[in-house]
Amino acid sequence: MDKLDRSYKGAACIKSGHAINFINSNPTIDLHKMTPLTNYILHLADNALILAQRNAEWCGHGPVLEQDIAITNISLDLLGQARNLYQYAAKVNGNDATEDSLAYLRSEREYLNCLLVEQPNGDWAQTILRQFFFSVYQALLFEVLQHNRDEQLAAIAAKSLKEVRYHLRWSSEWVIRLGDGTTESHDRMLQAIDMLWPYTGELFMLAEYESTLLKDGISVELPALKVAWTKKINEVWAEATLPVSQNTFMQSGGKNGTHTEYMGYILTDLQYMQRVYPNCDW
Amino acid sequence: MNLCMNNRDMITVKNIKAILEVVTDPEIPVLTVSDLGIIREIKVNGEEVEIIITPTYTGCPAMDMIAMNIRLTLAEHGYKNGKITTVLSPAWTTDWMSEAGKAKLKTYGIAPPNPKQVVCDTKHFAEQESIQCPHCNSYHTRLISQFGSTACKALYQCNDCREPFDYFKCH
Repeated sequence: MDKLDRSYKGAACIKSGHAINFINSNPTIDLHKMTPLTNYILHLADNALILAQRNAEWCGHGPVLEQDIAITNISLDLLGQARNLYQYAAKVNGNDATEDSLAYLRSEREYLNCLLVEQPNGDWAQTILRQFFFSVYQALLFEVLQHNRDEQLAAIAAKSLKEVRYHLRWSSEWVIRLGDGTTESHDRMLQAIDMLWPYTGELFMLAEYESTLLKDGISVELPALKVAWTKKINEVWAEATLPVSQNTFMQSGGKNGTHTEYMGYILTDLQYMQRVYPNCDW
Repeated sequence: MNLCMNNRDMITVKNIKAILEVVTDPEIPVLTVSDLGIIREIKVNGEEVEIIITPTYTGCPAMDMIAMNIRLTLAEHGYKNGKITTVLSPAWTTDWMSEAGKAKLKTYGIAPPNPKQVVCDTKHFAEQESIQCPHCNSYHTRLISQFGSTACKALYQCNDCREPFDYFKCH
């Protein structure tokens, strides 16, 4: 009940505009007037941007050069997705919003990414598992979204899917390598599962803007994707000699703007330049 | 091509096509924008010129520079108000790369995308397509990493001549 309560409170905030007046720091975005479509595009964009930012933290710190390059390539792909989505959101929102104002000038409560993508990198096992959970989800989501009635969303999904397939394969192979590797790597995967599993439930919970759009055939029936997602996870975990998590408690809130304590730190890093040197460009 | 385009405009389209032959990919300078299949359409209406382009990889940072170079090249030739429009659909594919472009890639030391378009098999450790070494032409090569020095490339090594090389992956 508590988790439901949290997510509904978040939804109520966005809907009524109460309690978020003081944090709306961006003159080009009026949350009170945001349509479900804008919120949905922002949700998809924020997922991609925040995971891109997290993966980019590995730049120059990867375990070996090739994998440093791999994780930052994935980061770049996600950033590309985010740009396409923010450009579209800016167009739908109007009101002088731009891809930059949407990416750099919103405050924490205005970001609608799921909690999974903002979780810390931890060790390589945690980063790999986070990417794996997300890539399985994103591949399934974009398979459906590429046939969407909304032509621009469909185009972005079809284009991104080509790259997501590489992310999925790469992260699956690493889950197996680590899970079925040494005692040390296996233990680290177990710790990563404990840490990240409670953030997977939110991927399949419909936010209010998604439920609304679902009636028009624009968002995706997420609960229906869960079966295929679980099947893929179990298939790879079996090969990786990893046990299925028994934990059923799921965190939620991110899709409605209620984030974990990590989000503020990510944004501090991400937005630093635009906040200190407003409108800087190079 | 626009059917109501008049003769003069059609000649302009032809000219612009020729002019843009000098615009190359800043990361793989042997390839021109037409080799890559980035230019989808050229629309001319009197003085108005619009170039429709499509991005290669979603996050490719070269795209902004390519768009800028197209605009500059047009301006150099007197088309001051060239408009660049980016479209995402249909999504770019390595199938649109010209045969000349593929040959240039190979000479440059990058294995061109396989002629038979294969999308990435998401199944872990699935059998890889076999890639020809651009240096010694051996097919006896192995994948080092699916991700390479730019978004469009994977890293391979030849088991015969031992040279590492980039492969322009199918997209």
